[in-house]
Amino acid sequence: MQILIYGTINSVALALFALGFAMVYGVSRLPNFAHGALYVLSGFITWTFVNSLGLNYFISILLAMLVTGIIGALIYQFVLIRIRGMEISEIMATYAIGLAILEGLRWGGFRGMTYTLPAFIEGSTEIAGVSVDYQRLLVVGIGAAVVAVLWLFTHYTSVGLALRGMAQDERAAMMLGIDSDLMALAAMGFGSMLAALAAVLLLPLGNIVVEAGYNVLILAIAVCIVGGLGSWMGAVLAAFIIGFAQILTVVYLGAHYQMVVALLAIIITLILRPSGLFGRQKELEERV
Amino acid sequence: MKESSDQRRKERLDRGIKVRSEGIYALMSWRELSYLFLPRVVLIGGLLILPLAMPSMYWQRVISIVCIYALLALSFDFLAHYVGLVSLGGAFFIGTGSYIAAILNTSFGLPPILTIPIATLLGAVICTVLLLPCLPLRGVYFAIVTLMYPLLLARVIEALDILGGTDGILGIESFANRWMEQYFIILMVLFLLFGTRRLVNQDIGLVFRAVKDNDQSVRASGISVTYYKTIAVFIASGIGCLAGAYLVHLYMWAGLSTLALDFSILPIAATVIGGSGTLVGPVLGAFILVPISELLRAFGTLRIVFYALILLGFIIFRSEGIMVYGQRKYHQFEKWIKV
Repeated sequence: MQILIYGTINSVALALFALGFAMVYGVSRLPNFAHGALYVLSGFITWTFVNSLGLNYFISILLAMLVTGIIGALIYQFVLIRIRGMEISEIMATYAIGLAILEGLRWGGFRGMTYTLPAFIEGSTEIAGVSVDYQRLLVVGIGAAVVAVLWLFTHYTSVGLALRGMAQDERAAMMLGIDSDLMALAAMGFGSMLAALAAVLLLPLGNIVVEAGYNVLILAIAVCIVGGLGSWMGAVLAAFIIGFAQILTVVYLGAHYQMVVALLAIIITLILRPSGLFGRQKELEERV
Repeated sequence: MKESSDQRRKERLDRGIKVRSEGIYALMSWRELSYLFLPRVVLIGGLLILPLAMPSMYWQRVISIVCIYALLALSFDFLAHYVGLVSLGGAFFIGTGSYIAAILNTSFGLPPILTIPIATLLGAVICTVLLLPCLPLRGVYFAIVTLMYPLLLARVIEALDILGGTDGILGIESFANRWMEQYFIILMVLFLLFGTRRLVNQDIGLVFRAVKDNDQSVRASGISVTYYKTIAVFIASGIGCLAGAYLVHLYMWAGLSTLALDFSILPIAATVIGGSGTLVGPVLGAFILVPISELLRAFGTLRIVFYALILLGFIIFRSEGIMVYGQRKYHQFEKWIKV
């Protein structure tokens, strides 16, 4: 029972990490290696709003999401737009941005145990004999809501439909009058906001540390690759596979192996089936 | 060709001496011979004199480390721009080479003169075998897999507590003589630099480039793509393992930090700055970047920020790199013409 509950929580957390990454990659084929950095950055932005400016917790969360979204959009507008289509440059540039943000934060003194965000609702409850705190339940609830809202957004709003059109066929989308750069900008903004949302939901469970940025990035990539790069529903499914696999290894092998699971999942998936469980790339495009 | 506002454009023409010295006739004139030799002599002479010109032991040590990064950058450039395999796993090569050399030295008592060649070959074999399953991949997929390998190896060593665990392997023999230590790596850099330059212009280099540009046509010609990719990975990982084995004897210590991201990222930055696809460029880039990072050591992690920003600037504004720019200036002259 414990495995089931904590596995679900872990899986939803992974899905939250990965959705932003999957969204950006799905729409504009940009591997956003700054994803982890944006996650950590939004945590610190929220902390600053709450503790230095003394704003209401809820308002500062919304503001932090907005600011992170704008930062993501700015990164696209001023950096990525110039190098789109050059895969190596995209990876290097986003990775450099992520590195600059994370190490800049570390240099700026944002480290140590003092940086924590309060839980939304304190306390815990028992489900079938396993004690779970409310924050973790909220993570599952909000995570499910986010997936549902994203599904509705991409199926029933014009911006969402445009994003999906871009993801399916960029040229055809442009012929139908969809502004490719604007949509990629929007995707980057929304993706960054999703990273921020994941941060404010999950960071209250522990301290805000810079190192989390690297781990979040690896986990997001792992989930997206196993699910198939660019496939959102695949990412959600893969999050559950990796999430439960991680909890099982923690229970039966030890906490050390948690990260090994994610890394092995990437390597095995890429070797056996590079397009992932739900990838739409054709076989020939990814391997010879 | 940059457009300017008043309907002029820059025209570039090859210098006469460049055209004249292209053929065998360059042998006929001292002027043309020296035009050809000048850049090479400056590079070789400069590298050989560099350790003598360094003010202190500390900076001589820095030169050795620069050379390690230069080798890695060379291997990255060769793999990425001549074979089309973007490997983000330089640390994997370094780590494999250094752990093999460390084990050979501490457990079997072999001297550095034996451990380095053995680690180079054995490490190259191991890396190639481990990378073999991912060779059919390309583009982003190969890049991500190779990025994961060193991380995975580090986690496995940490989790299983093998190979010295988090403490690493201590008590490794150093070189007998510090001049030997210094010049060994410099000569290796020069040898491998000119060696790979020659290699990519042989027939096999032609196949490599064909694999990069259009692997389907290589396949259609009845040439095994995987076979050539294996050879290329063997060469590149050999260069990386050599650097790793040398690093171990330089630091007298092998540990998890040889698998750190530094060794994967810095060579790529050096390649971008130096000029991708030139093979000399990455070496030059390493000679620019690593000393800068040493000078900035006082700033702590801020230097990584500087670094990332320099890299970003080069990627966006001058993606051709220093070497290509320099070559152009050396071989061509520019003038404005009316359109």
